[in-house]
Formats: sequence, C-alpha cells, structure tokens
Amino acid sequence: MASLDDLKKRITSVKSTQKITKAMKMVAAAKLRKAQESAEKGRPYSDKMHNIILNLSKNINDKENAPKLLAGSGKDNVHLCVVMTSDRGLCGGFNSNITKKAKSYFKKILDSGKELKIVTVGSKGFDQLKRAYKEQIIENISFKESKNVNYFDADKVGKMIIEKFGKGEFDVCTIFFNKFKNVITQIPQEQQIIPLKSEKSDEKNDVVNYEFEPEEDEILNNLLPKNISTQIFKAMLENSASEQGSRMSAMDNATRNAGEMVEKLTIEYNRSRQAAITKELIEIISGAESL
Amino acid sequence: MSDSFNLEIVNPEKLFLSLDNVSEVVVPAFEGDMGILKDHISIISFLKPGIVKVFTGNEKKELYVEDGIIEFSENSLSILTSRIIDIKEIKKDDLRSIMNEANEALKDENLDDQKRFIANQKIDVLNRLS
Repeated sequence: MASLDDLKKRITSVKSTQKITKAMKMVAAAKLRKAQESAEKGRPYSDKMHNIILNLSKNINDKENAPKLLAGSGKDNVHLCVVMTSDRGLCGGFNSNITKKAKSYFKKILDSGKELKIVTVGSKGFDQLKRAYKEQIIENISFKESKNVNYFDADKVGKMIIEKFGKGEFDVCTIFFNKFKNVITQIPQEQQIIPLKSEKSDEKNDVVNYEFEPEEDEILNNLLPKNISTQIFKAMLENSASEQGSRMSAMDNATRNAGEMVEKLTIEYNRSRQAAITKELIEIISGAESL
Repeated sequence: MSDSFNLEIVNPEKLFLSLDNVSEVVVPAFEGDMGILKDHISIISFLKPGIVKVFTGNEKKELYVEDGIIEFSENSLSILTSRIIDIKEIKKDDLRSIMNEANEALKDENLDDQKRFIANQKIDVLNRLS
C-alpha cells in the first residue's frame, strides 16, 4: 500500500489536473459559442451559392460542353481526398473520427485499384495519417497562425485544389470534415466537391428561366471555383464549431473523472491514516498491558 | 409599399444586410452598371469591383464590393460577395491595403486580360473613393 505521503501527492496532482481541464472546458465553451455563431451565420452564403449553381446547371442544355469542374474530367482514376482536422489536440474523438472515416474511404479506393492522393488541412490529421499513408500525402496545410477561421484561408485551399485539377492531377475530389450537430454529437462527413454532385435535383421542378449576363458558361466558369472555396470554408466553420464542442465535452468528462478520482483517493488516504492511528494505539495499549 | 422588394447581401462570414423595403438597387455588373427595380426579369449576373447603391425610400446606402454574384427572382435580390464594406465605415488604411493588393496583382506578368481588367477596375474605384 502506498504511504500517506504518496497518497497526498497524488491527490494534489489529480486536483491540479482537474483545475486545468476545468479551465479548458470553460475556454472551449466560450469559443464554442463564437464558432457556432459563425457557422450558423455562414450557412446562408453557401446555401445561396448552392442554389444558384443548381439553377444554373439546370439551365445548361449542352451537358457535353459543361465546365469540367461541374461535369468532371470524364475519368475516375485518381482520387484526391482533403482531410480537414484541427491543429490542436485534447478534443476527444474529434480528429480520430474524421481520420477513421477517411481511412475507410481510402481503403475502398485502394482496393478498387485506383490512385489515391491526400491533402491534409490541420496538423493533427497529418500526424495521424502520415505513418500509414506517407506516400499518398501530397500536401499538408495548417493554419496555426490564423486565430479565427477566415475566408481567405479557405480560398487558398480552394485555389490550390483547382490548380491541381487544372493540371489534371486528379479526377475526383472529396473533402472530409465534422458536421456540427450539437455539443455532444458531431458527425464525420464526406462530401464530393469535384465533380459537383447535385443530390436534390429532382425535388424542385419549377425551373425559373433566368436571364444571364454574360453567358451561362462564363458565369459558371467564374462561379464554380468560388463554390469550391465556399464549400471548404463551410467545412472549416463546421469543423471549428465541432472541435470546440468536442473539446468541451471531453474536458467536462475529464473534470468529472478527476473529481471521482480525488474522492477515491481521499477515502483511501483517510482510511490509511486511521489505520496508522489505530495501529499506534494498539501498540501503546499492548505495551502498557505487558507491564 | 408596393414598389419595394427584398434585398439580401451575404458574405461568407455572415448575412451582411437584409432589407425588405428596397425601392431600387444599382449594382456594378460585369458588363456595366445595372439598376434593378421591382418586377425585374429573373437574372443571374456577376459583379466587378465597384459601388452598390441601395435606395430605400429617401435613404441611400453605398457599399463597396470587390466581386460577387447577384440573383434576382420573384422580387428578391441576393447579392453574394466575398468582400463588402459600407463606404461610411471604410477607413483610409483599408483602402490602402486593398489598393496595394491590386497593385501587387498587376505586377504579375502572366495575368490574363480578365484579371487585369478587374484589378484596374479596383484601382479606379478606390481612387474615386479616396
């Protein structure tokens, strides 16, 4: 059994860990509110953008000559996966959920004999993937310096993807991120951004006939790259809200566990102190009796 | 108000402006300024750097936009833009940094005509503002 001194030390150490996790929880809660707000505020933009593109693509009659970003390169050989994670740890299963999802997708692609290329955004994803997929990772981007998620960072990633697509380096592009549902639940998502999937195309049949100025394809050519940056930006916003939510619940758990541990240790400490006192008493009494 | 329509301006960070009593909006469309009144035909177009003028009753609001896309249908106008600043709130430093950006872009020799045009346009508008 550990001595009294050891127990005392352990209690203090657990208590100070608890203090740290508690503080981190508070910080995450404050950041979460902000991140959640900006994720919600960012939704109208990406929704509107999506709607306009949907309308545009419906108005395009000549599907054969549609821009490549919309229709794809016609092949399905090289897949680019953009795995978006956080730059900081201690946020529960946040990062490993994304990489888990991504890894199962990677396996599917590799098993079907296609080529895989990976871009990681955020250093934690890179750390988790570099061992198994060192050959496939072609780029690692991290925005440690920028305090908040901003559009210009997303734009950088978007431009890079489009440049690679223009050079014919890949045919299909998928992004992985966590969608923020609430503080306890974040859903890892995969979303294909090139070629664009219009999943809801059957729902709305009321096609509005738009006037276009300039021509449809010129607008599309301009809009599609922007849409990619917008989608990445949306993913980044969702991700940052999810990260804070995940960290908050992880830290909440940690604080609670630390509390339990302190309680257990305190009981053990008290018991062994009592035992020591009893032992001393017995010694004194039996000493006195033997006289 | 029977002559008014809805206006929504969004940038990636937030819903920048939302009004439901706009009487006229003038936007710097790519092929020239375009005034939009109620019951305009449905249109999609994109913007070059310039000033968006919003008229609500007797009030007039002027906003600097860098780029963007507009959609008008069923009497609601959406403007999507990556950078938008109210002219009243614009600061000298902002102007200078945007100006520098445009000048930097012009230095690139491989610039295509469209980008060059946009950068020149930007400088033009900024000069008028300052």
